[in-house]
Amino acid sequence: MVTADSPPLLDVRGLGIFFRTAAGEVQATRDVSFRLEAGERLGIVGESGCGKTVTGLSILGLLPRAQSRVVGAVHFEGRDLLSLSPRALRGVRGREISMIFQEPMSALDPVFTVGEQIAETLRVHRRMGRKEARERAVEALAQVGIPLPSRRVDEYPHQLSGGMRQRAMIAIALSCEPRILIADEPTTALDVTIQAQIIDLLVDLSARTGTALIFITHDLGVIAETCTRMLTMYAGEVVEDAPVDSALERPRHPYTSGLLRSIPRLSARKSLLPSIPGRVPSPADMPAGCRFRPRCAHGVAACAATQALLDVSDARRARCIRQAELDLPGAIA
Amino acid sequence: MLTRDRLRLIRRRLVQVAPVIVLATFIVFGLQQLVPGDIAVTLAGDNATDARIAEIRALYGLDRPFLAQYGHWLWGVLHGDLGKSLLSGEVVLDSIFRRFPVSLLIVGCALALSLAIGIPLGILAATRPGSRVDAFVTSIASLGVALPNFWLAMLLVATFALNWTIFPATGAKPLSAGLGPALLHAALPSIALAAGAIAEVARQLRSSLVEVLSSQYVRTLHAKGLSPAAILWRHGLKNVSVNLLTVIGLVFNRLLGATVVIEAVFAIPGIGSMVVHAAIHKDFPVIQGVVLALVLIVIALNLLIDVLYTVFDPRIGQK
Repeated sequence: MVTADSPPLLDVRGLGIFFRTAAGEVQATRDVSFRLEAGERLGIVGESGCGKTVTGLSILGLLPRAQSRVVGAVHFEGRDLLSLSPRALRGVRGREISMIFQEPMSALDPVFTVGEQIAETLRVHRRMGRKEARERAVEALAQVGIPLPSRRVDEYPHQLSGGMRQRAMIAIALSCEPRILIADEPTTALDVTIQAQIIDLLVDLSARTGTALIFITHDLGVIAETCTRMLTMYAGEVVEDAPVDSALERPRHPYTSGLLRSIPRLSARKSLLPSIPGRVPSPADMPAGCRFRPRCAHGVAACAATQALLDVSDARRARCIRQAELDLPGAIA
Repeated sequence: MLTRDRLRLIRRRLVQVAPVIVLATFIVFGLQQLVPGDIAVTLAGDNATDARIAEIRALYGLDRPFLAQYGHWLWGVLHGDLGKSLLSGEVVLDSIFRRFPVSLLIVGCALALSLAIGIPLGILAATRPGSRVDAFVTSIASLGVALPNFWLAMLLVATFALNWTIFPATGAKPLSAGLGPALLHAALPSIALAAGAIAEVARQLRSSLVEVLSSQYVRTLHAKGLSPAAILWRHGLKNVSVNLLTVIGLVFNRLLGATVVIEAVFAIPGIGSMVVHAAIHKDFPVIQGVVLALVLIVIALNLLIDVLYTVFDPRIGQK
């Protein structure tokens, strides 16, 4: 899958995110590294507060500059996005890499029509007249399955249902045919039936246009259905990086295994998982050594040392010293 | 654009304001009864007998019950008659038309000043939250709100009119006397009035713009690749425009009230000095006429702002 002669579409290396707080600087993520191939669908999973969302935001430089610091590198088409000028970065945002967010009501500007919000993205990145941009906006709405697009184009976000708003958000994000779409919990705020439609739409569009997907979610069910690879994050670190099928069948990290066994009752609102005792440590209060050790049933003395992301196979890595010897239960019992 | 939604909004507001107008004039009429003093004594002149005072009271209907007096006045108003001043005998409506432009010129200049200075200050502070610029604007704003405007007015007169004689110390010139002289006379009173309003506009704009710029939809706009300038001028300002309109309405109302004091300091023959003089002498028809005019102006402005809300925010004024 990963070959030496073709560099990956996106190569994230050693990403560390720091936030300045009143009590000093805290580290939100540490040594986050992963690759994304063209057309691939990568799921990033973990409980709330594991650093999934900030990782997604940092790729596009969307963290508040005054309060955060990002180290590492994000290589995209031969450039490091982290060291681009603000102007050059704006050329990537929305054109090469797009992002959609959890709450489609608050993520859309309430006082501009849906059409205006699609058209302005097009007009920023492509030299395009008003009339043409509007026509393209109608097409974009039709593409994401919004009925009567020529009428909806002149409506405001509050006139649309939640599912329609998220479709409009997707239409904005995909209007410039980006190489990568980062979807941050895109279905969490929606009804269950609408969730399935939005997921189908994202998978369908990504397959049709070749846009690679980064799917950030706490919902392993969504990842199992949509993604090809799965990145498990815990307490700001990547603990497992594996093809979805093999991770579901035989997880190599106790945290992934715990998540998988929690699927039926897993919810973003609850901070306690039925099969894993305790909760995610806060960034200001990280345990030394393996960060999962206080909640792990398989700890040994060696876990007290800082853990490296170990190669399991060509396409798999896990941050557990016992990954080879443990036989952890997966989702398919 | 008067759409059907907007016409319905205007109709609904007009129905709502009718009782407000009656209530406001009724309260002012009632307050006058509680204030000591009697205009009949003034009108009768020095050394008048009790019989003479009673005669004058009867002549102007001042001996009639409170409700009868109010009813009589209200009936006149409905027929376009605000009565005559008890002191000067001048028709109240004529005095109002003569003096209102004087006050409106000062208030208008003060409002223009507060927007022209307050809006840039607010934007400057909001786009650099936590910076020195922000701290500077915030402290200037607190100072502006805290300064009493009559004190500032006297300070301005002492410095710019008496010491340096750049501006006239007192009086006013109507616009008909030429734009230059009119503005020259209006300058110091307007500045004294505007100080608090500038601060209010800057503060309110800063806080609502900071909120908008840190909102999730602004993050979306960044993610779309828009420049900070486009985000501020296109999306930021349209989103704060409703708040800004509200502030403009409040500031205008306050300026209209504050002009009473400022006109006294600068001896300006506007609506403010007119109502103060009338209140001291209990000249009922004049007080009532001015209050009614002020209430109508405030209501008309608020109605205009309500309609403008629907222009800037599509969520307002729909079924």
